[in-house]
Amino acid sequence: MSSKPKKKSDQLAAEPEKKHERLTPGGVTFNVINYVIFGILTFICAYPFYYLIINSISANNLSENGVINFWPQGIHFDNYVQVLQLSGLPLAAAVSVARTVLGTVLTVLASAFLGFMFTQQKMWARKFWYRFMVITMYFNAGLIPMFITMKNLHLTNTFWVYILPAIVQPFNIILVKTYIESIPHSLQEAAEIDGAGVLTIFGKIILPTCKPIMATVAIFSAVAQWNSFQDTLIYITDSKLYSLQYLLYQYINQANSLAQMVRTSGGSGMNMAALATQQTATSIRMTVSVVVVLPILFVYPIFQKYFVKGIMIGSVKG
Amino acid sequence: MFLYVLPFLVLIFLFSYFPLAGWAYAFYDYKPPLALSQCQYVGTKWFQMLFSNPTQVKQLIQVLKNTFAMSLLGIATSILPLLFAVFLNEIHCKWFRNLVQTLTTLPNFISWVLVFSVAFSLFSNTGMVNTILQNMGVIQTPIKFLDSDSHTYLWMLFWNTWKCLGWNSIMYLASIAGIDTSLYEAARVDGANRGQIIRNITIPSLMPTFFVLLMLSVANFLNNGMDQYFVFQNAFNKTHIQVLDLYVYNIGMTGNSLSLATAISMMKSLVSVVLLCVVNTVSKKTRGESIM
Repeated sequence: MSSKPKKKSDQLAAEPEKKHERLTPGGVTFNVINYVIFGILTFICAYPFYYLIINSISANNLSENGVINFWPQGIHFDNYVQVLQLSGLPLAAAVSVARTVLGTVLTVLASAFLGFMFTQQKMWARKFWYRFMVITMYFNAGLIPMFITMKNLHLTNTFWVYILPAIVQPFNIILVKTYIESIPHSLQEAAEIDGAGVLTIFGKIILPTCKPIMATVAIFSAVAQWNSFQDTLIYITDSKLYSLQYLLYQYINQANSLAQMVRTSGGSGMNMAALATQQTATSIRMTVSVVVVLPILFVYPIFQKYFVKGIMIGSVKG
Repeated sequence: MFLYVLPFLVLIFLFSYFPLAGWAYAFYDYKPPLALSQCQYVGTKWFQMLFSNPTQVKQLIQVLKNTFAMSLLGIATSILPLLFAVFLNEIHCKWFRNLVQTLTTLPNFISWVLVFSVAFSLFSNTGMVNTILQNMGVIQTPIKFLDSDSHTYLWMLFWNTWKCLGWNSIMYLASIAGIDTSLYEAARVDGANRGQIIRNITIPSLMPTFFVLLMLSVANFLNNGMDQYFVFQNAFNKTHIQVLDLYVYNIGMTGNSLSLATAISMMKSLVSVVLLCVVNTVSKKTRGESIM
């Protein structure tokens, strides 16, 4: 799945094992059991995704009865055509994409900048402000005070409620700070002697060297934004601002009535062909799920190598 | 130079410190459309109600029981990611290991809503599991996996493990990669077999990471989050699925008792902070390092 397996596996191969080791019978049994168990675990993790996909493209009367388990039957793509026409879906997708892109960009920039600033000796009361930020990782006022605050700030039912609270993420800032501290300090000093200001150093020296850790922060933040569900639930009542996840939740719960709606608007012919493409609660549920999960399935393998690396750099030092 | 950071500090203040002022609502009889000044000051009425009203007390005890059960199950199984990493490290076939790692971390990247959707497709009445069991003649009527209250804790644990196991093991895999390879070489020269190497080198080297994570999960004992329980809750499993976070949501946002919910979440936050301090002290005393 991953595009460049070589590099990553080198990173994780802790034990440079010799290839031609003699294997005892016990060792063979151990290997076999180990492989089988990991095979099963992997299957359990991957199969549900496969199940959703094959069911969303199979004949709907078959998937409704749960008979599609391993191979799609009666392949058709009408589900997608019809689901994508459901009112609300394109808008919710736009909202989700917008918050993911904007939220990620801002979070990454803020994390990089703050992480950088917290390494600067010259910053006023640096230690205090660092603690001021880190402490917020460990407590929160709670759901209701948070809701009241958002209301008082007039952020409920605005797009900004998705973005603003997510910009400063202490955990990400610590990751970046740890990373920057591992860069030789002389790099900055040299630039300073050449007359570069703080912003120049940040933009021209720190940002380019921080790419791996920024990719990690980006993927964390993007996934969090894309998957976020609670904030729509709590702060948003305006259906124009629903996120994709929230809509999915609604669709799962109302799949029956939705299927009815699509069916009546689509006209009713009772021959086999119509039966196969007729929307059912199951087909709606699965198709919408696939629509929501596909972007992650595409993006995830590309970024995987970055975040494994990023986590390692960030975590090894603490 | 400080000015550059100021906007961010303002954000931190607004979204982390300022909400604390909201705790004031716990001392008022707050009715949503009114302003706080127009509401009646009731002192500790809500706190007293929590402990004196028998139905309220009963409900709260059940909720605490659920919270404790889920947290304890989580802590009891926190060894799994470590074992996962240790045994995955024993697999030397590179493509297989990459495949395992890629696919088992995948569920971590989907939302709880999607996890629920997955659960629904596999375990609903006409889902795959029931269909297969029925076709094999094991059962006659579909098992209500999702619409029943039996084994709720275990189901929640199962889905949590499904979602997070692979991801949580990454931290340990990273630590394993950081172990000094000369240790392994020395052990092999001394004739240690694989079991002995795992027991005496790999696992002890992972223990610091394990304890830090364990401490953190103890400190977060009351914070189970609510996404997971919210999407899985229904009329049937409500008794055993309501953890504190979900309970606060249910009575605050849908039950319309904002003040009572604030009182509960306020106590929860206070207990969490105390727990964190305790854990931090214990960690300092026993292991000489603090987690803050």
